[in-house]
Amino acid sequence: MPALDPMQLEPSTWVFIIFTVLKMLAIFTIYMVGVAYTTLAERKISAWIQDRHGPNRVGPWGLLQVIADGVKNFTKEETMPGDVNKALFIVAPALAFIPALIAWAVIPFGAPLPTPWGRIDLVVADLPIGFLFTLAITSIGVYGIVLAGWASNNKYALLGGLRSSAQMVSYEIAMGMSTVCVLLVAGNVSLSEIVMQQATMGWNALLLSIAAFLFLVAAFAETNRVPFDLPEAESELIAGYHSEYSAMKFSMFPISEYANMITASAMFVTLFLGGWDIPFTLWDNSGPATVAKAALTSLFFAAKVLFFVFFYIWVRWTLPRFRYDQLMSLGWKLMLPVALAYIVIVASALLALDAAGLARTGWAFKGALMALNLVLVGVLFFILDRGRLISPAYSRLERERVARLRSVAQRRATLAPGEIRS
Amino acid sequence: MTINVKVMERPVGEVSYVRATLKGLALTLKHLVDPHRVTIQYPDEKWDLSPRWRGTHRMLTTEDGKAKCVACGLCPTVCPANCIKLVPGEDEEGNRYPLVFEIDEFRCIFCGYCQEVCPEEAIHLGRHYENAEFNRARFVYDLERLTAQTHPVSELWDPAHPRGE
Repeated sequence: MPALDPMQLEPSTWVFIIFTVLKMLAIFTIYMVGVAYTTLAERKISAWIQDRHGPNRVGPWGLLQVIADGVKNFTKEETMPGDVNKALFIVAPALAFIPALIAWAVIPFGAPLPTPWGRIDLVVADLPIGFLFTLAITSIGVYGIVLAGWASNNKYALLGGLRSSAQMVSYEIAMGMSTVCVLLVAGNVSLSEIVMQQATMGWNALLLSIAAFLFLVAAFAETNRVPFDLPEAESELIAGYHSEYSAMKFSMFPISEYANMITASAMFVTLFLGGWDIPFTLWDNSGPATVAKAALTSLFFAAKVLFFVFFYIWVRWTLPRFRYDQLMSLGWKLMLPVALAYIVIVASALLALDAAGLARTGWAFKGALMALNLVLVGVLFFILDRGRLISPAYSRLERERVARLRSVAQRRATLAPGEIRS
Repeated sequence: MTINVKVMERPVGEVSYVRATLKGLALTLKHLVDPHRVTIQYPDEKWDLSPRWRGTHRMLTTEDGKAKCVACGLCPTVCPANCIKLVPGEDEEGNRYPLVFEIDEFRCIFCGYCQEVCPEEAIHLGRHYENAEFNRARFVYDLERLTAQTHPVSELWDPAHPRGE
């Protein structure tokens, strides 16, 4: 009688509260250590990419470097420039960091864990509106940067803050639109439900590759990472929004950047790579919960997230920074229209497939979506490859204008000297 | 007065951002998994200096530990940077020796003329580069310090080289 097994039952309120606190502590600890070591990973990977060694003096392979950095940042002198808005200047670093941490509350990171006191879901808060919650929370992250730029009373910082607000607002839209397709396929906005849908239907990255691609690009922009790190473009803005910061307050900005990076990776994994789902097997998401399942799925989730953290770093040390107008035209002229068109296509496809009476978990449904996806990816790649869509200096319109100018020039050249030009 | 805008027709492969991105990612990944490191881990490992390396000076001594210098005054004369200070002295037997011999290593341009001009092969440039000090005054090396140096001296030219001397 599995129904009477106390390990599979819903926990009582007190157990729920205690375990929620425990989960919060665990996530906070792992997350902070992860953020710290991501900074080391960035330095190491960048070094390897550039044929260097990277930090290797503190501890074996430089593994204690993060502690040295932390001690350094805590003991450094903190300067408070004379004319800053003190309250906002102090609050801004925290505002930049906290949203990234809060967003983790709704991300499911493993299969349910059976305990003698009941079954515990491996997510801090399994909100039914989980996805909307993350969208709302991550958009608060822009305040930290904008306020830091504004409160610094520095022109460069202000420009950095302005850039970041424009950039984040622009890409937020593309990000939200690209995930609408996921919600359409899942039919739900709860992140746990989205993970379960991918476990049964296949990962969304295969079904909705373009949405995944758009989300990935938008996530790069949202986290202010290269190639979209215009808010701190050192060649133009010194250090952008954190020019006036020092010591630990400054350090909070890189920390929040890495925190955002991990959160964005976790969101991508949850929405498009099946969350904690182990591929090619249904063992992990059917039947009663076991400790082994919970542990293995958590590990898989961590591995997927770490891969994307690596991907962020990899891209950072490969691509140059976009120009500001390229950034804006990419966001508004390419990503938003593509995301909107994709919603229409996916919605119609789902409507047609549902009308045809195909079961959502069946192979016919999956196959049709995948085939459509392949065609669309091919088309998008072809368009992206041919047109220099991100560079307004070289567009089709511009070429027509050039032809017109040329013909005018030709006419003028054939005029006799002294002849009145019309 | 013609407007002559040159529009280059380039093949797609050259102007495509997507392909360039993928190529770049492949390149960085290649270096990531197969790094061609050239770094020498300096304090732990040091590279071999050339025999012609011209570093801070050293004064050679005779067997009884006195500087070989006879205070002829050639090196302060030839020194283009004017960094050698020499006050000659003479003992009872009429042998000249330096009363003061100082080299300002900050002024020195390490041209090696002093070594080349020295008739007694006394002053030499050294194969040495770890010269850090805590104040500027310490960079004026006096005679005692110059004779106390133990690092190998510069060859100024490679004796094995066919164009040799």
